[in-house]
Amino acid sequence: MTDLQITAVRKAYGAGTTVLDGLHLTVPGGSLAAVLGPSGCGKTTLLRIVAGFLRADAGSVTLGGRTLTAPGVHLPPERRRIGIVPQEGALFPHLSVARNVAFGLTGLDRAARRRRADEMLDLVGLSGYGNRMPHELSGGQQQRVALARALAPEPQLVLLDEPFNALDSALRAGVRADVRAALQATGATAVLVTHDQQEALSTADLVAVVRNGRVAQCAAPQDVYHRPADPWVAAFVGDAVIVSGTAAKDEATTPLGRVALAAPPSGLREGLVLLRPEQLRLTDAAADARGTVTDVRFYGHDAMVTVAVDGMDAPVDVRVPGPAPVRPGGRTGVRVTGEGTLHPVPHVRH
Amino acid sequence: MPTPETPAAQDSAAPSRGPAHPAGAPAPAGRRRGRRSAGARPSPALFVPACAAALLAVLPLLYLAVRALERGPAHAWDIVADERTAALLGRSLALTAAVVPACLVLGVSLAWLTVRTALPGARAWSVLVTLPLAVPSYVAAFAWLSAAPGLAGFTGAALALTLVSFPYVYLPVSAALRGTDPAQEEVSRSLGHGPLRTFLRVTLPQLRPAAAGGGLLVALYVLSDFGAVSLMRYDTFTRGIYTSYRASFDRTPAAALSAVLVIMTVALVAAESRTRGRARHSRTGRGTARPAAPAVLGRLRLPALAWCGTVVAVAVAFPLGTLGYWLAVGSSATWDPTTLTDTALTTLGVAAAGAALTTLLALPVGVIAARHRGRAAHLLEQAAYAGHALPGITVALSLVFFAVRYARPLYQELPLLVCAYAVLFLPVAVAATRAAVVQAPPVLEDVARSLGRSPLGALREVTVPLAAPGIAAGAALTFVVCMKELPATLLLRPTGMDTLATRLWTETGAGSFAAAAPYAAALILLAAVPSYLLGRHRT
Repeated sequence: MTDLQITAVRKAYGAGTTVLDGLHLTVPGGSLAAVLGPSGCGKTTLLRIVAGFLRADAGSVTLGGRTLTAPGVHLPPERRRIGIVPQEGALFPHLSVARNVAFGLTGLDRAARRRRADEMLDLVGLSGYGNRMPHELSGGQQQRVALARALAPEPQLVLLDEPFNALDSALRAGVRADVRAALQATGATAVLVTHDQQEALSTADLVAVVRNGRVAQCAAPQDVYHRPADPWVAAFVGDAVIVSGTAAKDEATTPLGRVALAAPPSGLREGLVLLRPEQLRLTDAAADARGTVTDVRFYGHDAMVTVAVDGMDAPVDVRVPGPAPVRPGGRTGVRVTGEGTLHPVPHVRH
Repeated sequence: MPTPETPAAQDSAAPSRGPAHPAGAPAPAGRRRGRRSAGARPSPALFVPACAAALLAVLPLLYLAVRALERGPAHAWDIVADERTAALLGRSLALTAAVVPACLVLGVSLAWLTVRTALPGARAWSVLVTLPLAVPSYVAAFAWLSAAPGLAGFTGAALALTLVSFPYVYLPVSAALRGTDPAQEEVSRSLGHGPLRTFLRVTLPQLRPAAAGGGLLVALYVLSDFGAVSLMRYDTFTRGIYTSYRASFDRTPAAALSAVLVIMTVALVAAESRTRGRARHSRTGRGTARPAAPAVLGRLRLPALAWCGTVVAVAVAFPLGTLGYWLAVGSSATWDPTTLTDTALTTLGVAAAGAALTTLLALPVGVIAARHRGRAAHLLEQAAYAGHALPGITVALSLVFFAVRYARPLYQELPLLVCAYAVLFLPVAVAATRAAVVQAPPVLEDVARSLGRSPLGALREVTVPLAAPGIAAGAALTFVVCMKELPATLLLRPTGMDTLATRLWTETGAGSFAAAAPYAAALILLAAVPSYLLGRHRT
């Protein structure tokens, strides 16, 4: 299979501005990995290095055993067999949709090129659009043509650079699903660069959270969410409830009561326990902790209730399904369900 | 008719860059996105021809320095320090000092009236007052001289130059006025300042960079103008250089004078680019959410209309009218249609050759300027812009020197003239190419690369097709300015060859106005076609 192997890649622009600081990442062949990070974390630089538009200062990139980048080696982009889907699609505005898709099909005769282009348009659900010009398509359609264009020459890897950014949120989920289906149908390995946590978690098989030019955690979406590597990752991939705790066996004692620990730490006794707001319940009976409601935000599908728990410095967030049964100023009990993770207290906050 | 959006469609001396190029360069789409990172080096297939173009562009400058100092700095200094030189300098500066303020008054007042007031027919006026850009300075001089020969000298030169160059102030100032945010003026009013105080304290300071940039362009135009001053027999630097070249076998004086002139123009260009840099900073955000409410003129309505009407009458209607008059009184006795046709065809031919070479040379430079950063790319671009600071007469002179010494067979042959056009107008074509390439997103080249194209292949299949309309517009513009070029053509044309411009110049100089008129008319008509097409392309 065509595994993508990124090893100890470094890149700095001038002195002191290190963008990639020895980044490691392995993407198994055929899977869709999301590179998730805040703006400026180096994810776009990483993508451009993998695609061959930038030279790495150190480190190597291999794809299916082929060395693309290594000390003294730099395969030009046109020989990497890596398709790219840039932001907003970047279709060639002077070429029709069919000619856009066929652009990378060299060495085939005319009929074969057309056949392949039709096939690809069919795959992304746009058969019959071949004769249109890019400006005659909607944003989502342009994005799907861009994917068809990238997939047409059967690349070993497809890089998607925040491809859904320009789409409005109503359209985004649909295009995302289509892209995922098309990628799965071709079996191509894919890397999706994004700063959108929901997009990464809902689309990818593997999520690599990048911070300061390194991978902070690389795991399946549910593991990144429920077993974050550290409090920063926890807060970055979703809303987090962080409380201090003392561990004993596979349980921790916290101001919110006893919390079962997902991965019982070895040797660590005092630390921070990470929970998700949906693991907390508002309850009147059997409450381990009580507090005063300070704020209620209603989102439609659920609501977030902020509770100042008695004896705690910082308030905690509780996600409740549907309309919240409490009002600011009211008293409520709080109970924890499910498992939390225990982490050492960080010395330096990121 | 010639379009107002082609300020650079001017005769030989027209500066080609700067704020007076409002429609020329569509705003680059984001600096970071438009350019490659410092790591990407231009491919040799681009870099080598670009270097050749840049070398050709700075050749006159280098050669001028060599030639001026050839007989030792002392000899050159004697010429520079000569009192005749001082007199030329004084006259050039006096002319500049008269023309620039006059242009500022005309340009700023007309810009304010047409952009910010409820002037009846504001849109029509705004087109009409830019038309003088299509009148070469020597055509304006011809018009005034033929109507009032007594104007010859300072008055006539100042008048003709003011009336052809005030749009260089008008265009950037009206663009700046359109670009200012009316909300700022409203804030000033709400803070207790009256309309006049608001104009003086809020609006005017924002116009200053645009007006200064325009004023510097006018100064550059005046210093490098040859046509109007020579017809008006007013001895400035350019005319002094020409006479000294014609009069004596010792070419050092002409070279030394040229060097002084070039130093002056280079200083002006440097000053102009500095104001331009600041002007960019002072503009916050492109385009405003809504236009400012036009000021009501009230009792000033009639005087305002009279002002606009006078300017248009004097700067546009009068030259055209005079031309019409001389065409009407002329007969087959005063001009020969066959000669006119031949001259027109020759003009089209050399202008086409000039435009072709210039565009070809500009292509690699423009692409590198648009796509690459770094010292080498910057130097290349700056070198290509040398022609911007070089008056036509000095370029011609240095090419003459160079050809006589190193390329004798080229002397007084067509290729040398075409090279002069390329040096002079490379900035026009490079600016157009660069703007057009910047418009083509570099991400498209990335995509083409990822789909198997080499760097040059991506350029050929994606960027150049996308930039083609802009590059073609640059070529059309170059064609027009080549056609109108006078001083270099005068010095470098093969013996016996005439263009419309040189013919017009000779006939006017001899006082045969009826014989000159058809050439002026033909020149304006021929130049109008590409200008018109250009205007349509831009809208």
